[in-house]
Amino acid sequence: MASHSHIGKPLPMTDAPGKVTGLGKYADDLTVTGMLYGKILHSVHPHARIRAIDTSKAEALPGVKAVATGKDAPNPYGILPIGHDERVFALDKARYIGDNVAAVAATSAEIAEAALDLIDVDYEPLPAWFDPLESMQATSNWIHEQKPGNVEKEYHHEFGNPEQAFAESAFIREERYYAGEVTHAAMEPHSTLAIWEPDGRLTVHSSTQVPYYLHRTIAEVCEMPMSQIRIIKPLVGGGFGGKSEVIPLEVAAPVLAKKARRPVKITYTREEVFYAHRGRPITIADLKVGLTREGKINAVAARVVQDGGAYCGYGPVTVLYSGALLGALYDIPNVRYDGYRVLTNKPACGAMRGHGTVNVRFAFESTLDQLAHDAGMDPVEIRRRNLLKAPCITVNGLRVTSYGLPECIEKAAERSGWAEKKGKLPYGRGVGIACSHYVSGAANPIIRSNMPHTTVNIKVDRDAAVTLFTGASEIGQGSDTIQAQIVAEVLGVKMERIKLVAADTDLTPVDLGSYSSRVTFMAGNACLEAAKNIRAQVFAAVAKKSGCDPAVLEARDDFIFSTRDPGLRMNFDEAAVAAIDFHGALVATGTYAPPEEARGGKHKGAGVGPSPSYSYSAQVVELSVDTETGQVRVHRIVAAHDCGKALNPLTVEGQIEGSVYMGLGQALQEEMIWNEGRLMNPSLLEYRTPTTLETPEIESIIVESNDPEGPFGAKEAGEGSLAATIPAVANAIYDAVGVRINSLPITPEKILAALREKEKQRGGKVARSNGGRR
Amino acid sequence: MNKELIRLKVNGEVHEVAVPPHKLLLDVLREDLGLTGAKRGCDDSSCGCCAVLVDSVAILSCVAIASCYQDAEIVTVEGIAPPGTLDPVQEGYALAGGAQCGYCTPGFLICTKALLARHPHPTLEEIRVALSSNLCRCTGYMQIYESVQLAIERAQAREAAKPAPVGR
Repeated sequence: MASHSHIGKPLPMTDAPGKVTGLGKYADDLTVTGMLYGKILHSVHPHARIRAIDTSKAEALPGVKAVATGKDAPNPYGILPIGHDERVFALDKARYIGDNVAAVAATSAEIAEAALDLIDVDYEPLPAWFDPLESMQATSNWIHEQKPGNVEKEYHHEFGNPEQAFAESAFIREERYYAGEVTHAAMEPHSTLAIWEPDGRLTVHSSTQVPYYLHRTIAEVCEMPMSQIRIIKPLVGGGFGGKSEVIPLEVAAPVLAKKARRPVKITYTREEVFYAHRGRPITIADLKVGLTREGKINAVAARVVQDGGAYCGYGPVTVLYSGALLGALYDIPNVRYDGYRVLTNKPACGAMRGHGTVNVRFAFESTLDQLAHDAGMDPVEIRRRNLLKAPCITVNGLRVTSYGLPECIEKAAERSGWAEKKGKLPYGRGVGIACSHYVSGAANPIIRSNMPHTTVNIKVDRDAAVTLFTGASEIGQGSDTIQAQIVAEVLGVKMERIKLVAADTDLTPVDLGSYSSRVTFMAGNACLEAAKNIRAQVFAAVAKKSGCDPAVLEARDDFIFSTRDPGLRMNFDEAAVAAIDFHGALVATGTYAPPEEARGGKHKGAGVGPSPSYSYSAQVVELSVDTETGQVRVHRIVAAHDCGKALNPLTVEGQIEGSVYMGLGQALQEEMIWNEGRLMNPSLLEYRTPTTLETPEIESIIVESNDPEGPFGAKEAGEGSLAATIPAVANAIYDAVGVRINSLPITPEKILAALREKEKQRGGKVARSNGGRR
Repeated sequence: MNKELIRLKVNGEVHEVAVPPHKLLLDVLREDLGLTGAKRGCDDSSCGCCAVLVDSVAILSCVAIASCYQDAEIVTVEGIAPPGTLDPVQEGYALAGGAQCGYCTPGFLICTKALLARHPHPTLEEIRVALSSNLCRCTGYMQIYESVQLAIERAQAREAAKPAPVGR
């Protein structure tokens, strides 16, 4: 087809009307008759045995309809099959401040709150572990008895011959990097409404990225067959990974609803959201990178310790991603990786935008800049010299089918004025470049099975409305719109004709959810297949009716027409009716499962990292550092992102800019500050996600490498840009004032300390004229 | 708890509701009037998701006692345009990517409305400052600025399309 009708167009999101009128409903906006309000009692101790819980006073409070404790729902669960270590309410002991101990459902939120105060919990405090490096040396008081030594999981990978490669390297850098803990801070606090239906079924409306995992977990915990449970995802106010595992309230509400035989809604306060967490862990990365005299990266070795908090969650996946993608952005022949996921008495960490790749990418790109400096090479040039040549398979078995990184680097350098600025700006102002990449969905599901990762159904009725039934979860990223665009494009119909029924387990087939940036690629491919099937059925009917060969037919602008005979033209309404008359019904199913070749190697842990396709990003940050205050002001970020093909440039740009924004927050100001397991900044005011005032101009550049397997060539757009922002900021700070900060966030205090240290080493004040520049 | 009868004028309609004396405006709107457009995003008046207009000025309804606003004209996101129509501000956010997840959008719309009411042609810097008490976690704000600019263009276009007043 010469050009597309919908693909590649900056179309507004299909669900925008509900969002701009305030009429669209999020979970907490829902109420039903007889609804009770649920509240959860959280542990006040970071580590404590629970000797007894007395709920009698709470139960006696008028208005209280149910009180639940661990005994009401003892079945363990967890997002990974190897990590079923959580219970909706602690059975034997509490493992972090905020751990869930009991819950109340009452006729008002005030009564539920008052009832929590009446629950007596007899705690026996235990020694607690807060520092991951200390925790992994523990010989007693383990957080989980089945995890002696408090190490949740460790992985040791070696590809090529790193030792020999380091011995042959002309330049080697070894550095320790630290990244503080950050969290999603989606604007919508989690909320779940569980309705006990009169026929003994359960309907759950929840702020989830993955209805399927919630469906499975509620079935396990409530001991009900999945067929008796319906999960409906209403509008979701942002996820970023924080709604991708089952969050305790999502199970607590059904448990209470089942016990009370009434609908129960629980909505977290913002403080509870911070303690529910599942964000990016504190990461300590010891990184060693070797470079040849020609500027070729010879080897990388990393030892990564992640502070996972009190439960497994996605932990093993996070630590595997850190290793699997570390050496796969560039052509690196020798890689060693030692990853440790450590348990501590803090809220569990989990998946957050750029899952597992972000903190090690900060370490790697910072180190690469230092190596460029050692080799007397421009940071852009060193990256040019280490590119992969797609198609290829990386040393750790990742199949790369399309690779727009070279163009990303060139465009970012060009648009930022890199050549005129690098090393040439006045002292205090600098530029930095960094790259990153991310998966377009995981090639291997976390629950191993042979089922497709996505299934969609399309139904066309005699009114010629096209209804797409999809399990994919719109969470603000535009997945509903992208799927509608794909179906409308293939069928050659107007966007208004497409209706979406999405993320309702009674109506829509299984989809593995909105995480790991999988929806455009995987649900997109399933939509493509189903729509092509419908189109073939329509063409067959039109061909029969008009006595032509279906191969000459095309569909566009709500018409089916012949490419040979200008007189043959039928509108879609008529064609749909003809197809239904011809076939009996006009329905089709599309599925997607990643090809076998995309599923990675055979070593232990090889399942994480492989994807059918990878996105790429290169960014240049320009900023100023105030040497008196240490304050950083970012002026501009140019972000080039290879998304394969921008099915919708408006939403792709929104994703790139949002990723850069989130990376910038982690780079300069966001951090969860812990004191003995207590979060010192559990509010948006104190956690400080960037406002408009701290957010600079972001210029997004779309690079299209046209992936051979992506729908219309598309791949990931929603996460891959985040990781590059952080090291680009760090590298720009070095360019500006000549100090390197290896610890996130890069606060004014850290910059000032580094400037003072540098002055001390020079034995005098930093000269303003040429500054810290070499 | 004892309740008192209060009278609120919201989106041009008068409502009488019996609420506890300390009940917050946000909770009255959401729970008693079923107007769930204004959202609760935080516990400490730091996110702006709950903004509503009170006599054309944006306030945070999560820290406002409902009974104090009985004489005011309150407008929520549901009331910034007649049913079935969109205000230029809503069109701007819908068309230019200003609403991704949409949770912060009602607050942004209200604050944009308040800004444009007092300042129909703000500079980018003025938009940035006017929206600095609203948090968005999705967009990085770039498409929000574009949405505001599109809203201004659309408002101008509507103004230009209006027939000239008769008898002038």
